[in-house]
Amino acid sequence: MSFQPIKFYQTGTFTVGNRLLPDAERSVQSTVRRTNSLNSGHRACQGCGEALGARYAIDAAMESTDGQLIAANATGCLEVFSTPYPETSWQIPWIHSLFGNTAAVATGIAAAMRVKGRDNVRVVAQGGDGGTADIGFGCLSGMFERNDDVLYICYDNGGYMNTGVQRSSATPAGARTATTAAVGPNPGNPFGQGKDLPAIAIAHGIPYVATATVAELRDLEAKVRHAMSIRGARYLHILVPCPLGWGHDSALTIRMARLAKETGIFPVYEAENGEVTGVSKIRQKTRVEEYLKPQKRYAHLFSPKPREDVIRRIQEAADRNIRKYGLLEAAQ
Amino acid sequence: MLKQIEGSQAVAEAIALCRPEVICAYPISPQTHIVEGLGELVKSGELTPCEFINVESEFAAMSVAIGASAAGARAYTATASQGLLFMAEAVFNAAGLGLPIVMTVANRAIGAPINIWNDHTDAMSQRDCGWILLFAETNQEALDLHIQAFRLAEALSLPVMVCMDGFILTHAYERVDMPTQEQVDAFLPPFDPRQRLDPASPVSIGAMVGPEAFMEVRYLEHVRQMRALEMIPGWAEEFREAFGRDSGGLMRKYRTDDADTIVVALGSVLGTIKETVDALRDKGERIGVLGITCFRPWPTSAVRAALSHAKRVVVLEKSIAVGLGGIVSANVRASYGGHPDVVHTVVAGLGGRSITRESLARVFTSASHGTLAPLTFLDLDHGLVERALARERQTPHSGPVAEGLLRDVGVVAAKIS
Repeated sequence: MSFQPIKFYQTGTFTVGNRLLPDAERSVQSTVRRTNSLNSGHRACQGCGEALGARYAIDAAMESTDGQLIAANATGCLEVFSTPYPETSWQIPWIHSLFGNTAAVATGIAAAMRVKGRDNVRVVAQGGDGGTADIGFGCLSGMFERNDDVLYICYDNGGYMNTGVQRSSATPAGARTATTAAVGPNPGNPFGQGKDLPAIAIAHGIPYVATATVAELRDLEAKVRHAMSIRGARYLHILVPCPLGWGHDSALTIRMARLAKETGIFPVYEAENGEVTGVSKIRQKTRVEEYLKPQKRYAHLFSPKPREDVIRRIQEAADRNIRKYGLLEAAQ
Repeated sequence: MLKQIEGSQAVAEAIALCRPEVICAYPISPQTHIVEGLGELVKSGELTPCEFINVESEFAAMSVAIGASAAGARAYTATASQGLLFMAEAVFNAAGLGLPIVMTVANRAIGAPINIWNDHTDAMSQRDCGWILLFAETNQEALDLHIQAFRLAEALSLPVMVCMDGFILTHAYERVDMPTQEQVDAFLPPFDPRQRLDPASPVSIGAMVGPEAFMEVRYLEHVRQMRALEMIPGWAEEFREAFGRDSGGLMRKYRTDDADTIVVALGSVLGTIKETVDALRDKGERIGVLGITCFRPWPTSAVRAALSHAKRVVVLEKSIAVGLGGIVSANVRASYGGHPDVVHTVVAGLGGRSITRESLARVFTSASHGTLAPLTFLDLDHGLVERALARERQTPHSGPVAEGLLRDVGVVAAKIS
């Protein structure tokens, strides 16, 4: 049976596009073989982007490794909501050690598997943006530099949500958090260099780096599958909106993730051995206001006094991303 | 086989005989020669299968060991001083998770001021971390204790720290009797973990425990350490039968049977103390020595029994609980059946200050004569201290303490006198 090339807008999304694709390219979640690695019953908030991202990513990794997978997890939302003993949502071998050492723990597991001659057992490390960009950065960089056989997945929701929405080095400029209050002449998180972790990962020259969002779950799965086909250090940075911390309606999680990409605020791309090899194009270029407005963390940019200056700077940063990664050239 | 080798090299060879599967290495003096030795053994293929991982920090070293141990591999690392503090969070974590990691601590002072020489402040800072803490007196004991440590750790599913004095032991060339691979294999069975990350049987390790069971988790850690107290003497006996020498155990008594004064200490300084005690015995002093090998778990009843007939106890320790006095002394005092006032603390050898027989004889004699203060700093330069204090009285901007002291001493760099 041959397939007609599809030009529908929905192609590449999970909801509609999946049915238009050949079996091999269909979502892991659409098959009865999915492992439910992060099973139902956990305690994530309604509309949690991280829970969604983790379920898709780990199930895809399980499919790629034929179930031979071990996960290490940093302290944070994902750890807390999935495993208050004696309950655990994890259907796979899983360890939580500390906040800042997950990459190193994963290195240890991978070393153990290698020394035991069980190279078929693969290792995933996962953490939030605080556990990755801040407190776990040293261990992450070490794991990259040694090129240890670990896929590290960062679920980036732009702050320390588990402890009550404090700023991390991945918090976007202008956003209000509990430690960057929306008060004073320059409310919210100051503009600065930030910490562009995917770019830092690429700078390590590791075999594979990719970004993804929970708005394009098939893309996310495909990147996990590709990552698991490679040996060595791999890094996947997934944007996961947080209704609690971002202050958007919990029904808007997917929309927020999609707008982050469509505005250019969060570029979706992949890189191999230090070179960008592919970008996910913007389909409908959208002004950043569309993304900012539904989020209470940006409310101070719109009222009582509109901060067009701040919004302009956010727009400029998004436009820079669009130029830098070529996000607007006609998609093929 | 008898060998004349450096302490670190002896430990490296002994560790290799224990067939570790994952070794994490991060350099810090005076521990470096141990992991260098092991690195060479792995690189040359003599120690195989073994993964030798050059990590980016001590925190990572312990974390890699945690991952490896949880995945069922025999894991080892070594550190000292600042490195032990830097990995402290992971040190507690390894104990809480019940992972039988073995780590050498080449004891060294803690800064500031930065100081690379020997004392016990590093290990003592982690005394309540849930690890078993063993202290070696000689290089022979250091290598023997490591062999016992893996057995102990894996039987109890608890991590074990083997402490050996930095430089004094690690860098000293001494004769050691290196056991054969067959001997070690017969004494140390392969690692059969209690818990293991394995896709064939998935478990969640290290999840959150609330008030409803946290106390019980800690209590069980304590129970396991108490069990170690019962098992260690038997294993030392088994070790003696298999290897033909005394090493390890909870503690060691030296000429204490009729002693009125008993000196308690840990580590390599016991050698100097024994020589001093011999000399004092020759002069008719009834004095003996109690060397503590197992500091955690603390052998309360054995120490109480050993000190029961002593009229006074002198605890000589290379560490200080600032604002209190002695750390080891606090443990001894709690175990001593007699009046606590006769347990004296002598803080000695901090930052590598030499501990001489002459100075020891002076404090021990002073103890016998009833003139030793409850807390003494051995060979403290009182004049130097007075000058610093005077400076602080004169001006609120007296500057960095250490710099002022060194100017008074008249040296531009520290030296071991």
